[in-house]
Amino acid sequence: MELIALEFILVLAVMTGLAWPMGRWLARCFDGGTDDTHWAPERLSYRALGVDPSERMGWARYGLALLLSNAAMMALAYLLLRLQGWLPLNGLGNAAQAPDLAFNTAASFITNTNWQAYGGEGSLSNATQMVAITFLMFCGATAGVAAAGGFIRALSRASSQDMGNYWVDFMRVLWRVMLPLCFVLALVYVWQGMPQTLSSEAVATTVEGARQQLILGPVASFESIKHIGTNGGGFFNVNAAHPFENPTPLSNVLHILSMLLIPSALTVTFGTMLAKTRQGWVFFGSFVVMFIGFLALVFSAEQAGNPLLARAGADQQLSATQGGGNMEGKELRFGIADTALFVSTTTAATTGSVNAMHDSLTPMGGFVPLAQMMLNSVFGGDGVGFINLIQYAILTVFLAGMMIGRTPEFLGKKIEAREIKLVMLSVLAHPASILGFTALACLWPDTAASLSNPGAHGFAEVLYAYTSGTANNGSAFAGLNANTPFFNTTIGLAMLIGRFFTLLPMLAMAGSLAAKKTVAAGPGTFPTATPLFMGLLVFVVLVVGGLTFLPALALGPVVEQLQMLQP
Amino acid sequence: MNTLNIPAPLAPATASPLQGLLGPCVRGALFVLLITGVAYPLVTTGMAQLVLPHQANGSLIRQGAVVVGSEHIGQWFEGAAYFHPRPSATRTPDPRDASQTVAAPYNAAASSGSNLGPTNPALIASVQERVAAYRQANGLAADAAVPVDAVTASASGLDPHISVANAQLQAVRVAQARGLSLALARQLVQQHTEGRVLGLLGEPRVNVLRLNIALDALKAGKE
Repeated sequence: MELIALEFILVLAVMTGLAWPMGRWLARCFDGGTDDTHWAPERLSYRALGVDPSERMGWARYGLALLLSNAAMMALAYLLLRLQGWLPLNGLGNAAQAPDLAFNTAASFITNTNWQAYGGEGSLSNATQMVAITFLMFCGATAGVAAAGGFIRALSRASSQDMGNYWVDFMRVLWRVMLPLCFVLALVYVWQGMPQTLSSEAVATTVEGARQQLILGPVASFESIKHIGTNGGGFFNVNAAHPFENPTPLSNVLHILSMLLIPSALTVTFGTMLAKTRQGWVFFGSFVVMFIGFLALVFSAEQAGNPLLARAGADQQLSATQGGGNMEGKELRFGIADTALFVSTTTAATTGSVNAMHDSLTPMGGFVPLAQMMLNSVFGGDGVGFINLIQYAILTVFLAGMMIGRTPEFLGKKIEAREIKLVMLSVLAHPASILGFTALACLWPDTAASLSNPGAHGFAEVLYAYTSGTANNGSAFAGLNANTPFFNTTIGLAMLIGRFFTLLPMLAMAGSLAAKKTVAAGPGTFPTATPLFMGLLVFVVLVVGGLTFLPALALGPVVEQLQMLQP
Repeated sequence: MNTLNIPAPLAPATASPLQGLLGPCVRGALFVLLITGVAYPLVTTGMAQLVLPHQANGSLIRQGAVVVGSEHIGQWFEGAAYFHPRPSATRTPDPRDASQTVAAPYNAAASSGSNLGPTNPALIASVQERVAAYRQANGLAADAAVPVDAVTASASGLDPHISVANAQLQAVRVAQARGLSLALARQLVQQHTEGRVLGLLGEPRVNVLRLNIALDALKAGKE
C-alpha cells in the first residue's frame, strides 16, 4: 500500500515538474505570435498555405479559420477512409468503412474525441492508420492547443480586437511542440516494445503448435501523438490495454504523464502570459484537488473488489504474491494501482484511451470516469480543458458577485450580460447533448439490441457513450455495439456539438473581454488568486457540473452499486 | 469627350471574415496530411528499424527459423505440463457461419475483453466455472480461494502475465506432469518473476510464454 501511495505521489510530482518548463515553452510559442521569429519549417508552411503570418485576427476570423480548416481536414480524412481499398499498405485486405462509420470516425478524430465504433486491427489498414487517423490526431490536438493560445492571449489584452493569428498558433504548436515530442517519445516507446513497421502481420507457431497471427504496424508513432495530443483512439481494438500499445508499466506511466503534460502546462502558460503566476497555480491546484479525489475513489473501489466474485471463489486480497482486486477486464502488468491511475487520468485529461475495460469496472469505479467526463474540467483535453475551467471560473466570480451585489470582475475586466450568456451557452450545451441524446437512445427501439449487459449497467453503457462523445473523451463502456447507423450518427453529432459549442462561444467570450478596458482592482474586487477562490471554484464545478447529472448517475452506477452489495 | 461614367467597382465596406480563408484551409489540410500522416510515421519507422529492429518488428521469439510468438503477447496453453495463462475473451468468426463468432482464446488478430459488467449473471457464472476447473486441475480443496487473475478475463485477451500466487499454485501440477521436483519448478517460477519497474511501477508478474519455453529447454537439456 505504501508503494502505491508513493507511486501516485511520484506521478503527480513529475507532472508538476514537467508542467513548469512545458508551460513556459508554450508561452514563448504564443507570445512570439506578434514578432517575426518564425522557424524555417513554419515559414515554409505559411508559403504552402498561402497565408500572411503577420495578419491580425479578431475572434470571429480566428474562430472561422479554426472551424473551416478543421472541416477541410475532416472531409479529407473521410475521403481517405472511404478510399481505403485503393490505398497501399493494406496487407490484411480490410474493406473501406461504410459512410455512417466513416463520418463517425472522421468527426471523432477531428474533435479530439477518438471514439471508435470499429476495432482497429479488423477495420483499418496501415495506410489509413497513418494518413487518416494519425493525421487527424495531430490536427485535433494542435487546433485545441492553438485555440487555448488565442484564448489566453485575448484574456491578456485590453481595448483590443486582436486575438493573434490562427495559422501561426497552429503551426508553432505543430512544429515546436507536437512533432518533436512525438518523435522522441515514439522511439522510447519502441524501446519498451511497441512495434513500428509498415508490415501488417507476423505469423507464429505457438509452443503447443497452433497458428497465431500477430498484427503489427506503425504503432509507436500512433501512440505518442495519441497521448501527448490527449486523443485516445486505439491502434488495436482494446486500445492501450493491448500489450503492443502498452507493453510495460513504464510505457503505462509515460502514457499517463504525456496525457497530463499539456493540460497541466497550460495553467503555467496562462500565468506566464498574463504575468499572474499565482493565478495559474490556483487553477493548477483546483485541477489537482479534484483529480486526487476521483483517483482515491476509483482505486479504493477496484482494490476492494467485487463481492460477487469473492462469493464465487476468487481471492481478491492484496498479498505478497498477488495484487488482488477486481481483475476482470484488467491487465496483470498494471494491476489495480496503475489501472486506477490510468482510468482517472484518461477521463480527466479527456484522452479516452483505456488500459482496462471500463465496462467491467465496479459500479463506483465506473462512476469516476463518467463523473469526470460530465464535469469535463478536471485538467480536460489539450487546450479545451483549460478553456472549460475558465468558463467555470467566470461563473464563480459571477455567483460571488451576485452574493455581494457587485458587478463581477475577472482578471481586471467587468463580466457583463454578453459574457455570461456565452458562458451559459457553453455550460448548457454539454448536459443538453448528453442527456438529450441519452433520452433519445432510450426511446429508440433498436437500442436494447446493442446492449451487452442487462439492467442498470445497460443504461450506464448508453449514458457513457453520449457523455464520452460530448466530452470529446472517446473511452467507452465497450460492450455497447455502437456501430449502427443510429449510434454512429447521434454520437457523431454529440462530438461536434461538444467540441464547437464550447470552443466557439468561449472564443467569442474571450474576444469580448479583450475589447474591454481594464479596471483597477478596488476594495469590492473579489481576489481570484487565493485558496478561498480555489475552494469556491471546485465547489461551483462540482455543484453546477455535477448536480445536472445526478439523476442520470443515480439510475446507472448508483443503482448497480446497491445491487452488487445486496446479500 | 467622355460622357460615360463607368463606376469603379465598389470595394466592400468591411472585409468579410471569410475572405482568403477557403484556399488556405484546403491547402492546409493537404500540407498537414503530408507532414503528420506521411512524413512523420515514415521517418519514425525508418529510425526505429535502424536502431531497434527487434522491438520495432514485434519482439518476436524465434526457435531456429520458427517464430514461436512475441515476448509481449500471451498465447494459449492447455496441456497439464505447461503453465496456463489467464482466461481470454477473444473470439474468431465461426467457420460454419461467418456472421457468428466462436470463442478463440489468445486470438492476436482480434483483441477483446469480455466487457461484462460487475453484476452481470454471465460474469458470475463464468467465474464460478473457472474456479471449479482451476481447483480440479491443480488439486485444490473444494473451498480453496483461487487467485483472482486465474479466473477473470484480461482486458486485451492477450495478457502475457500471471501473478506469482497463480504460478506457484500451478507449479505443483506442472512438476507432477513433468516428473520434476516441486522445488525446481518453484525455482523456475522465481527466476521468471519480473519485479516492479524501478521498484515502484506495475505488479510483480510471471511471463507465461517465457516460463514455458524455459520448462521445455530444461527437458531438452536433460535428454
